[in-house]
Amino acid sequence: MRISTSTIRLVIPAASLALLLAAVFYMQPRAMSYTGLNLLFNLAVPIALATVAQMLIMAVNDLDLSMGAFVSFCACVTATFLQASPAIGVLIFLGAIAAYAVIGIVIHVRELPSIVVTLGMSFVWGGLAVLMLPSPGGEAPGWARWLMTSRPPFVPMAIVASIVIALVTHFAIMRSSAGVLIRGVGGNVRSVERAGWSVIRIRAGTYALAGFFAVLSGIALVGLTTSADANIALRYTLLSIAGVILGGGEFVGGKVSPIGAVIGALTLTLAGSFLSFLRISPDWQIGAQGAILIVVLGLRLLLNRLEKREKSR
Amino acid sequence: MTGARLLLSKPWIWSFAATIAVWIVTVLFTGGASSLGLSQAALTFAAFSVIVGLGQMFVITLGPGNIDLSVPATMTLSGTMALKLMDVQDGMIIVGLLVSILLGLGIGIGNYVLIKLLRIPPIIATLSMSFIIQSTAIWTNRGLRIKPPEILASFTTSNLFGVPNIAIVALILSVIAWVLLEKTIYGRWISAIGQSTFAARMTGIPVDGTRLVTYILCAVLASICGYLLASFSGGAALNMGSEYLLMSIAVVVIGGTAVAGGNSNIPGIWGASLFMFLVVSMLNTYGFGAGFRLILTGLIIIAVILLAGGRQSNR
Repeated sequence: MRISTSTIRLVIPAASLALLLAAVFYMQPRAMSYTGLNLLFNLAVPIALATVAQMLIMAVNDLDLSMGAFVSFCACVTATFLQASPAIGVLIFLGAIAAYAVIGIVIHVRELPSIVVTLGMSFVWGGLAVLMLPSPGGEAPGWARWLMTSRPPFVPMAIVASIVIALVTHFAIMRSSAGVLIRGVGGNVRSVERAGWSVIRIRAGTYALAGFFAVLSGIALVGLTTSADANIALRYTLLSIAGVILGGGEFVGGKVSPIGAVIGALTLTLAGSFLSFLRISPDWQIGAQGAILIVVLGLRLLLNRLEKREKSR
Repeated sequence: MTGARLLLSKPWIWSFAATIAVWIVTVLFTGGASSLGLSQAALTFAAFSVIVGLGQMFVITLGPGNIDLSVPATMTLSGTMALKLMDVQDGMIIVGLLVSILLGLGIGIGNYVLIKLLRIPPIIATLSMSFIIQSTAIWTNRGLRIKPPEILASFTTSNLFGVPNIAIVALILSVIAWVLLEKTIYGRWISAIGQSTFAARMTGIPVDGTRLVTYILCAVLASICGYLLASFSGGAALNMGSEYLLMSIAVVVIGGTAVAGGNSNIPGIWGASLFMFLVVSMLNTYGFGAGFRLILTGLIIIAVILLAGGRQSNR
């Protein structure tokens, strides 16, 4: 049986997730239950959505350093406008998605480095969030709260949501013609251009889609936390990049994997729980998270080598 | 006329033009009363950004994907460890500095070992490294705030002929960096690697050694900056490096160094560092709240890049 390379790409992140999960279950058998799993993966949903958003940007060879600030901004909008007057909230979100499309166009037309433009935008989103919620507060809209805390039978919400996100984005990015174009821009802009497609439109569309997923991430986050704060999701910038890489994505070349990205996000979330079960002193919690990241990436290198040896044989 | 054209073709001219414009606007608002104090403060705070920016510039010059995210954690750890070691004794100042430099050396080697041995993209490698460094800093610090030795504290906060000492240190480091970049084979090598790693390898440039030295250089500059910043602000704090992550990248790029690598620019880092500080102080003097200040800072960064961005398409 021949296994496609994209499947092999998925095996490594999936194996590391399974390994980590097994370690957690070994240390805390009580986690092996509906409630336990829900608690373990609860915060994974917003991180997975932000990771998918980052993955889209990385598919066109760009990098979004404003992801954390933007998700925080969306969380603030959710906890204030979307809750009090949904129509205005939706309008703000549409405006924000349009702003993402404009950023994509500006980066493309002026050939600017995406890192710098999004760095500038991170200040803008952060400022807007501070204007809306100078101090932590606001309230989650009832439906977002209901959605995030609902308890479907057998499988916890967090896992159902992750699977839905992974499947929807998989079909949108890996199986649709639009998805091929997005990855094509990352792989070889010139060939996409010569084939008669408008690269500027593709880039604008990709950015808008990324903005859309980031908006969902903000809503999901507030649904879990019930209130928002201007700095609530700042670490999502680095988490989302790490999630994409853990999931087998690459910085250049349009090589991304939506399912892998979601698995990467789950792994990162689980790493946090794993550490609290280990009862490491709080001083070393962050450091151990770094060590886990290194170990998982080392594992990936090892498996990549095995795969290469297999091929050359 | 040719002189003017030569000047305009320099990418760093834009950051200086923007700096002067912001300085004039701020001084006009205060009626000229604050011009000396403002300039000194700008030089002092810009100096810290310059020192970390120089290291980040060398790393960014190496080409796409090369960014050192461990800068803030390195600054924090170096500041805490140096102050703890010196323990308010004037005699230990040099020892503290040496330990800082050694620490930077170790972190730089660690970063490159991860990048090379595990083939991790530099962004992720330095990010993982920064987690570990940050934890070590938390563990060393334990919430204590140790004061810097008397002589060191007064050195970092005083002026020489009206120029802050910190700015002089940054200037000396910049000159060394400039010589390194423009006049040595090492500088040619990193530019070559940034333009095309493959071609550089083919011409026999020791790519790995050069990259290793560059990551070490960046970490050492970050440690020196942490050492100085902790002494300047009267003690190390765990979050003292955090704003320098974005700052170190922003000053390099606004200063006209190509993000794609292979083309770097030291005067621009000074222009951009002064500019970033002056924008914030201008918005402060005009009495904007934190939210508006952030928004305007972001918009101004983007505007400067849009204005100066034309040069990238000529390549």
